[in-house]
Amino acid sequence: MSALTQSTPGAAQSDAAPEKELRPPSYWPFVVPALVVVLAIIIFPWVFTIWMSLNEWKVGSSTTFVGFSNYLRLTSDPRFIEAIGHTLVYTVLSVLLPLVFGTFAAVVFHQKFAGRGFLRGIFIMPMMATPVAIALVWTMMFHPQLGVLNYLLSLVGIPPQLWVFHPATVIPSLVLVETWQWTPLVMLIVLGGLAAIPTEPYESAQIDGANLWQVFRFITLPLIMPFLFIAGMIRMIDAVKSFDIIFAITQGGPGSASETINIYLYSVAFTYYDLGYGSAIAVVFFLLIVLLAAVMLYARQRMVWTEIASDA
Amino acid sequence: MADHKISRRTLLTGTAAAGALSLTGVPARAEVNWKKYAGTKLEVILAKGPRGDNLQKYVKEFTELTGIQVESEQIPEQQQRQKCVIELTSGRPSFDVVHISYHVQKRQFEKAGWLADMTPFMKDPTLTAPDLVESDFSAAGLQYAKNDKGQMLSLPWSVDYFILYYNKELFQKKGVAVPKTLDEMVAAAEKLTDTKEGTFGFVGRGLRNANMTLWTNFFLNYGGEFLDAKGNILTDGPEAIAATKLYQTLLTKVAPPGVAGFNWMESMASFTQGRSAMWIDGVGWAPPLEDPAASRVVGKVGYTVVPAGPKGQYSATYGDGVGIAAASKNKEAAYLLCQWIVSKKQGARLLQTGGGVPFRNSILNDAEVQSGVKMPKEWLQSVIDSGKISKLGLPVVIPVAEFRDIVGAALTATLSGADPAAELKKANDQFRPILERSEKA
Repeated sequence: MSALTQSTPGAAQSDAAPEKELRPPSYWPFVVPALVVVLAIIIFPWVFTIWMSLNEWKVGSSTTFVGFSNYLRLTSDPRFIEAIGHTLVYTVLSVLLPLVFGTFAAVVFHQKFAGRGFLRGIFIMPMMATPVAIALVWTMMFHPQLGVLNYLLSLVGIPPQLWVFHPATVIPSLVLVETWQWTPLVMLIVLGGLAAIPTEPYESAQIDGANLWQVFRFITLPLIMPFLFIAGMIRMIDAVKSFDIIFAITQGGPGSASETINIYLYSVAFTYYDLGYGSAIAVVFFLLIVLLAAVMLYARQRMVWTEIASDA
Repeated sequence: MADHKISRRTLLTGTAAAGALSLTGVPARAEVNWKKYAGTKLEVILAKGPRGDNLQKYVKEFTELTGIQVESEQIPEQQQRQKCVIELTSGRPSFDVVHISYHVQKRQFEKAGWLADMTPFMKDPTLTAPDLVESDFSAAGLQYAKNDKGQMLSLPWSVDYFILYYNKELFQKKGVAVPKTLDEMVAAAEKLTDTKEGTFGFVGRGLRNANMTLWTNFFLNYGGEFLDAKGNILTDGPEAIAATKLYQTLLTKVAPPGVAGFNWMESMASFTQGRSAMWIDGVGWAPPLEDPAASRVVGKVGYTVVPAGPKGQYSATYGDGVGIAAASKNKEAAYLLCQWIVSKKQGARLLQTGGGVPFRNSILNDAEVQSGVKMPKEWLQSVIDSGKISKLGLPVVIPVAEFRDIVGAALTATLSGADPAAELKKANDQFRPILERSEKA
């Protein structure tokens, strides 16, 4: 490269020019506004949160520097440890279920049939609703005595369930709401993917006598994988920090059976006004999200690599 | 043309009347100068609910009286509490008058010094109407409003007693008498439970935190005290264990399935649909229970005081008040507004619509006010009776929310079969250091 540069006429010209005029163009003034914004709204809050987490900081009283003791408190806080478990279970379920149902719905709605556009419109309606509003509706639907869900179960002879009102079933029930609301999003993304698939592989599969499952498993699924990946990523980010639905339906209960890190963090910071400890939770929560994202990115890289490998 | 001459007779009569008046001992008193702060603009932050509605609906009358402009906003309770605390911590709150929940915020607000002292205003006859005197507020109200030094830091606005709601129709059907004691209540609830028909004897809050307001009724009636003289928490003693056993029995044996996750909303739904025979909760639910659009038990609801326990009969009491931010620059004008908020007229309106119960005895005991109450007479009677047995329903400490969460979680755990004594001990061990830390700070 350097040899080439030296031999260009332009370079020769600049050599000849007087040195004073040779100031390199300065770009940094253009970066300043963005830098200020980033510093003010991203870096500063983070540094401040970390600083708060190192202090005993209760609203209404003075603050004292306590080093890492807030973090040590986390390790022996049963509610926090339980909350990590709840968050992980909730996240895994509310990523997987919408992915499965959303893909299925996309395959169905990709077929051509009468009224398809209208039905698609109906199907994506849950996504447009306000989470808190639907949470209140679902709370009453879950009511063990009066809810419509137990009535529907009774029609097919299934005994009434306790849904969000029992520690064992509360997380699956909340995931049901989450799935109901976000399956349409996955469907939309996958539909986009399906529309982009060429028809040739399907034609040759037909000629080779592949059945429907084989066509889906060996043609459709690999081709929509990148889209599923994006959908999974969006769902994961949403599910980990899910707050509105859980808060509005159970507030983390019964007991603390559906208390995720986010709900606990909210209680500590804004109900107990323990800002120092709350900040420590926020920092750990952030690290957890970074870790999850790293795992996802790693998986994605591996996937791209296998794709290229299979292409080769 | 009218004759304006003063006759001797008139003069004599007038003099005699004036003399008689001075004999009655009524001191010459300065009038409240309502217009003194005309033109001032006040900001009020309210928790959403009937109290806030009552203020906003009639606040124009206050402006007409005083010439003071009032801007107010209603925010859902939990968020309002957070917003107040954050703004007050900043030292420059955007409001002059603040609506506070005594049972949650009293100690926190006092310790932080966020509220202005109203005592001097109350002594100033140019600021305070003669009918507003400390002794007119109920004992619970004064306990809430005053700090350790006896300063009035707020004016008690509305009290929330816990009462027993019962379904008369179900009671009649099963031939059950209204329980007078907690033991009778359990027995009645057992008789009223009919799982085949899907009706249950009792319903109440099972959800962590919310459930504490129900449980403390039992705790107090078993003779429980929240704190000892040194300020140590006492909620794992024999009274607490007995109260928890009762709570466990009621909510697992004679209550609807899933009650562990019920807050007041789910409990009310079960009661208004006629699926539960008894419900203990705050006194403010009469309007929805008597609303034909929302309830199937209109006209069938009985109202009475919480049944007695072995060590007494108390109604767990909660309440809210209005205070002036210490940082406000319009304290006198704000005081006039606070005074108007708890005035007889406003209090009567609140009581008559069932939206709240004034702390002032002169309002509650006024026959004319009582006759205008739109709720059933039994409801009003239960309110008056509860006032006589009222006792604060939560410990007056800063970390009330932690207390409710931790002990509340222990209660919820007993609904899945955990042992009351062990759970309460665990909860107390967890809460004690939090309380110590907050008192030291």
